[in-house]
Amino acid sequence: MQLSTKHLLGIKELSPEDISTILTTATQFKEVLQRPIKKVPSLRDVTIVNLFYENSTRTRISFELAEKRLSADTINFTASGSSVSKGETLLDTVNNILSMKVDMVVMRHSASGAPHFLAQHLPNTAIVNAGDGINEHPTQALLDAFSIQEKTGSLQGKKVLLVGDIMHSRVALSNIYLLKKMGAEVKVAGPPTLIPKYIEKALGVGVEYNLKRALQWCDVANVLRIQLERQNQVLFSSLREYNLAYGVTKKLLDEVNKEIVIMHPGPINRGVEIDSDVANGKDSIILQQVENGVAVRMAVLYLLAGRNN
Amino acid sequence: MLKQVLLTTSQLNATLNRLAHQLIENYDSLQDVVFIGIQPRGIKVSELIIDNIRQIVPSQKVEYGILDITFYRDDVREEFHKASNTEIPFSVEDKIVVLIDDVLYTGRTIRAALDALQDFGRPKKVELCVLIDRRFSRQLPIQADYIGKSIDSSTEQKVKVEWVPKEVVMY
Repeated sequence: MQLSTKHLLGIKELSPEDISTILTTATQFKEVLQRPIKKVPSLRDVTIVNLFYENSTRTRISFELAEKRLSADTINFTASGSSVSKGETLLDTVNNILSMKVDMVVMRHSASGAPHFLAQHLPNTAIVNAGDGINEHPTQALLDAFSIQEKTGSLQGKKVLLVGDIMHSRVALSNIYLLKKMGAEVKVAGPPTLIPKYIEKALGVGVEYNLKRALQWCDVANVLRIQLERQNQVLFSSLREYNLAYGVTKKLLDEVNKEIVIMHPGPINRGVEIDSDVANGKDSIILQQVENGVAVRMAVLYLLAGRNN
Repeated sequence: MLKQVLLTTSQLNATLNRLAHQLIENYDSLQDVVFIGIQPRGIKVSELIIDNIRQIVPSQKVEYGILDITFYRDDVREEFHKASNTEIPFSVEDKIVVLIDDVLYTGRTIRAALDALQDFGRPKKVELCVLIDRRFSRQLPIQADYIGKSIDSSTEQKVKVEWVPKEVVMY
């Protein structure tokens, strides 16, 4: 089935059917990535610009690889070293790039809603959100869902725990929207200062302030990064104290004594939200998440490119 | 337009059986031959031909895979096509590959399949086996090596292999 949307702004705008279509298409692309020649000619006639107004390693490389595996032409733009520092506005920058005949925009921006703003002004260009402020990171949620599905068979009825900085995490919000739409149960765990007050009512997720009890409940634990760059006030006393109360450690998992799939969207603060022996342990699928990211992004770009005409 | 039966169930069975015999006749040993059905509609046809081959020469190993060509189409951006699975659990390098599809019409699917096949390796030779050949309607210089039945049809007509009941119809 065709996607119901022209842009991928967030999971919020997608229907469960859209999500299934993307995940199924990603399965086909994962097979493509196992071939001797890992490239298909589907988007030969498409030019994509990667606009990164915020730092990124995984997402940028993953999008770029996905685009190249689809045979699209790509341009990379990073805010530092561009005319953004001379005061050019976002819309001016994008319009200038589009006048050079670019078909799709993949954008990361520190302002929540920046891709929505672009989509409003550029209805004929497909916009893909690669993370906007503290709002959404849809492709990350899709690749997380794909990885859970791959590891455990399905999302329906799965108990997924999101641990850590829920307040500042776009990964958390996208994951919550997606998991709820696909019939999984979601709980969040973390210090009260990092969990929005009305999240239970607003998004229909459970809240647990005790990490051990939360781990006893879940099948999958997605450990989020402490986003020091987005915090402008002190929300916990020290990283060491955070690790003692909310760090996912080997010792804690041994006490819980249950098979839990461990995930992390990266980059990892080792020894803060997760310990090295857990991140590298046998139940961790952190690197599979990265691998699946390319296939999932190929699926998104392929489906949106087809949607455009 | 009135529905016209091109092959009845018994004719279809006989044709699939004949195609299987022709393939074996041509290749005494299947050691270097692999069969690939094209998604989505070539799968059922190819499975039945492979079943026939396995019954005729039970001692021989028959390599069979399926190929989806969606990502290689030349009209990706014009209309939506759902991708299906590809499973080629063997190497095509230096093999004789027999592509199997249900209906050969414009030739564009086979063009895409040849491109897709390249990404799995370099076959020694590629052949094409189709159940129905719609003559004089090709848009590319492609022809089949094994043909179940050749028919004349106009572009307004549709040719379909139906499985319930098992027959080939044109309408």
